[in-house]
Amino acid sequence: MGEVQVPALRGVDLDLYAGEFVVLLGPSGSGKSTLLNILGGLDTPTSGSVRYADHDLSLDDDASMTQYRRSHVGFVFQFYNLIPSLTARENVALVTEIAASPMTPEEALALVGLGQRMDHFPTQMSGGEQQRVAIARAVAKRPQVLLCDEPTGALDVQTGVMVLDVIARVNRELKTTTVVITHNAVIAAMADRVVYFGDGLVARIETNAEKKPAAGLRW
Amino acid sequence: MSALDRKLWRDLWQMKSQALAIALVVMCGVGTYIMFLTTLGALRVTQDSYYRDYRFAEVFVSLKRAPQPLRQRLQDIAGVDQVETRVLAQVRVDMPAFAEPVTALMVSVSDSGRHGLNALHLSAGRLPAPERPGEVAVGKAFAQAHALQLGDRFYAILNGRRQALTLVGTALSPEFIQQMRPGSVFPDYKRYSVMWMGRRALGQAYDMHGAFNDVALSLRPGADSQYVIDSVDELLRPYGGLGAYARKDQLSHRFLSQELEQLGTLASLFPAMFMGIAAFLLNVVIGRLVAMQREQIATLKAFGYGNLAVLWHYLKMVSLIAGLGIVSGTALGVWLGQALSGIYMEFYHFPYLKFSLQPVTVMEAALASLLAAGAGTVFAVWRAASLRPAQGMRPEPPTRYRETWVEKLGLKRWLSQPTRMIIRHIQRRALKSMLTLLGIAMACGIILTGLFQRDTVSYMVNIQFGMAQREDLSLTFTEPTSYRVRFDLLGLPGVQHVEVFRAVPVRLRHGHRSYRTGIRGVEPGGDIQRLLDADLRPVALPADGLLLTDFLAKMLDLRVGDRVVVEVLEGNRPVREATVAGLVREYLGVSGYMDLAALNRFMQEGPTLSGAYLSVDSAQLQSLYARLKGMPRVAGVAERVQEIRNFNRVMQETMLFFTYVATVFAVIIAFGVIYNSARIALTERGRELASLRVLGFTRAEIAYILLGELGILTLIAIPLGLWLGEWMCYYIAHTMQNDLFRVPVVLVPQTYAFAAAVVLVSAILSGLAVRRRLDQLDLIAVLKTAE
Repeated sequence: MGEVQVPALRGVDLDLYAGEFVVLLGPSGSGKSTLLNILGGLDTPTSGSVRYADHDLSLDDDASMTQYRRSHVGFVFQFYNLIPSLTARENVALVTEIAASPMTPEEALALVGLGQRMDHFPTQMSGGEQQRVAIARAVAKRPQVLLCDEPTGALDVQTGVMVLDVIARVNRELKTTTVVITHNAVIAAMADRVVYFGDGLVARIETNAEKKPAAGLRW
Repeated sequence: MSALDRKLWRDLWQMKSQALAIALVVMCGVGTYIMFLTTLGALRVTQDSYYRDYRFAEVFVSLKRAPQPLRQRLQDIAGVDQVETRVLAQVRVDMPAFAEPVTALMVSVSDSGRHGLNALHLSAGRLPAPERPGEVAVGKAFAQAHALQLGDRFYAILNGRRQALTLVGTALSPEFIQQMRPGSVFPDYKRYSVMWMGRRALGQAYDMHGAFNDVALSLRPGADSQYVIDSVDELLRPYGGLGAYARKDQLSHRFLSQELEQLGTLASLFPAMFMGIAAFLLNVVIGRLVAMQREQIATLKAFGYGNLAVLWHYLKMVSLIAGLGIVSGTALGVWLGQALSGIYMEFYHFPYLKFSLQPVTVMEAALASLLAAGAGTVFAVWRAASLRPAQGMRPEPPTRYRETWVEKLGLKRWLSQPTRMIIRHIQRRALKSMLTLLGIAMACGIILTGLFQRDTVSYMVNIQFGMAQREDLSLTFTEPTSYRVRFDLLGLPGVQHVEVFRAVPVRLRHGHRSYRTGIRGVEPGGDIQRLLDADLRPVALPADGLLLTDFLAKMLDLRVGDRVVVEVLEGNRPVREATVAGLVREYLGVSGYMDLAALNRFMQEGPTLSGAYLSVDSAQLQSLYARLKGMPRVAGVAERVQEIRNFNRVMQETMLFFTYVATVFAVIIAFGVIYNSARIALTERGRELASLRVLGFTRAEIAYILLGELGILTLIAIPLGLWLGEWMCYYIAHTMQNDLFRVPVVLVPQTYAFAAAVVLVSAILSGLAVRRRLDQLDLIAVLKTAE
């Protein structure tokens, strides 16, 4: 079989505002992860431009992208991506050590309700706990942007709700622009704005008149 | 400690067995390097300082007899510093407790004592007094071989008179570091020694009162040694001078320098090979190890760690592993170097040994290891870090497999699914598979290089003493003798067969090349002493013309049919030309051969001989010795069995020590490589294999998939490695050849089998170790994590 180019994104035009909570909703393969990666400086678009404040990310080289991620972006991944050889505290410290004005790892872990489990290794924790460590790691540097890629994808409902609650609290208390990717439509209810995604395109954008707290969500 | 450094230590601990295996490989490379270079350095420094401290002379010459006043004329030659005239005599010694005849070179002790040239280092007792005829000092090795105590008495035949001697001292001399009977290739401490006697006492015995028959000279800095040699020859011609020669042609010095040169060759070759192979393996293994951290590298990058920070992190990790190898390798190398130097010091009877570890040696070894490890790391990190983090954090995309040529050949239906997986995996990752294959092959090959010298030595003994020199005893006479002596010899007890020879010391000259050696006239059709061609078939002796050792012909740039100038170095020293009639193959020494009668004609002498080879009924050997002891004309007796023993002893004591070490190191390297390959394969494919287990595959079945690949690679690597090893052996042999001996490449089947077995056993042990881990695969974890 020959090689066929499949563009992940085709003409996305989207603005994100400081401090808002956005949910990107779409089925698997709709291109939402690619968009998130581009927003976070993990990937560059083949064409078009991405701007952060007055900075054009699509023109950046590897070093400036690294600087952008280091200073402004926090990531939460579906599979946590914790360093297995480091404890919860150390995984957070990994980021605080290179950030400009971070909170302490202890503060960050307390924020996600893990003050008691700081010296556990990833393998000694449940999936929900690992994801909360990942969130603590993402927010410890006080990022302007928090990007979460299916943060509840590998979790059960109860744990998922707890994780979403933490994300919402970070958004509320730290005023971090937060983008959560999910294919789970229920989560859309807790966002300021919901971006519906399909086939590499923004299908439509809805603004929620009223945000639901994470605790009230069930799926 | 930063979180990243903590990760470093924990990761290291996590992969400790792999790290250890890699450190072992580095250790072996560094250890070999340091062992060889420190030993070589110690011997060179010791040789230099020994020569300097004991004023080893620079020009030597023997003559018939010259009056003492001639000394001043030698002193007056431009460039000559110190002149030492002396009396030397080849004597027969009778040790009361030893049946066989013993030969000694009796040397007069310098009147200037410890300020003279070739000063003696006394290991026990004192120097013999100048005027006391009965006092001697002997070589330390001889005293040890005969368990002689100071005050012991034995007998010598001095100028035909039997005289009792008392041992007053044992000594070492820079002139006779190796005490070898002329014509012998190896020292025999029981049957030959240098002995020292007072100048007047020895002079009187040999009618050399107020005269001398040997001179040693030292030169002023910047002196032209060839001019001195020519002037000395000119001056001594009327006095039966036998041709002056420089230090480089002095027997003991030559033996020592050749030995050091050979060690030097090995010292550059072996460590370079070991370091090179260790570096290559290090590079491959480290590269794969780092490549496995791809997802972690991507995560670090996602959180804002720059490429350099990530690279530095892994460089630190790798340096720690390499550093462990470097430190332990240095310690091991120094320890082995001391052991090896000690062996050489004992062997050469140096009065002392200057052992020191040069920092630059350690630096070189460390640098080579770190560079190799660093290069592997940089490449792997660069590859992992150049991926967009988004891409790197995902597991590697599934590899595109396709049917392999093995399957396309129509063998497909014979192959089970797991076997197809193995073959496709090897083919798909051809480069990785090739590198692993090459690594195992090199480890296999290097084992051969350690072992081949042992095979070669026994082969050389077989050829030299089994096919060429087949006599039981060889005799040399004090002076050229008439053919009639053959009948006297045949009448001795136990003598079954006699072949005679004439030996003439010569310098062969062709163009600007020349070489000091001997021409041996042998009986045509001789059965005891045979000359062999390159295919080891006996060579028919031409009625006229000269046969040369092939290596000598090469040294002198001579071909069959060429004319060569022969300067005879005895008698009235005629200079004539001879034709090279053919070449012979010899592994020890180089010389020329002629038909006995032709040599006599060439020398314009009657039927004259210098010695004889005997076949002897071993039952009557003792009574034969008793008779030979009574024959004053017999200067020396060599027994073939003893020569073989001497040969083996020299080899055992020097060459074989490090070949054993090299072999052990090679085995460790082989194991290190194979174990790491297996471990890395496990990590790379653990997830895939666990999924198979979930699907219902048994442990044995997944072990087959993982280890089958290693097995196939190992099986291909073994023949390749044996071929590589053979090639390396040829290279070593080629660089080691010199005029004292040429090492043929001989590898017996057992050696191949051993190398193959080491690799197989390493593979099996590594397989078992990995199998144990495979049995503990966490199936649930696999299902939970991303794919």
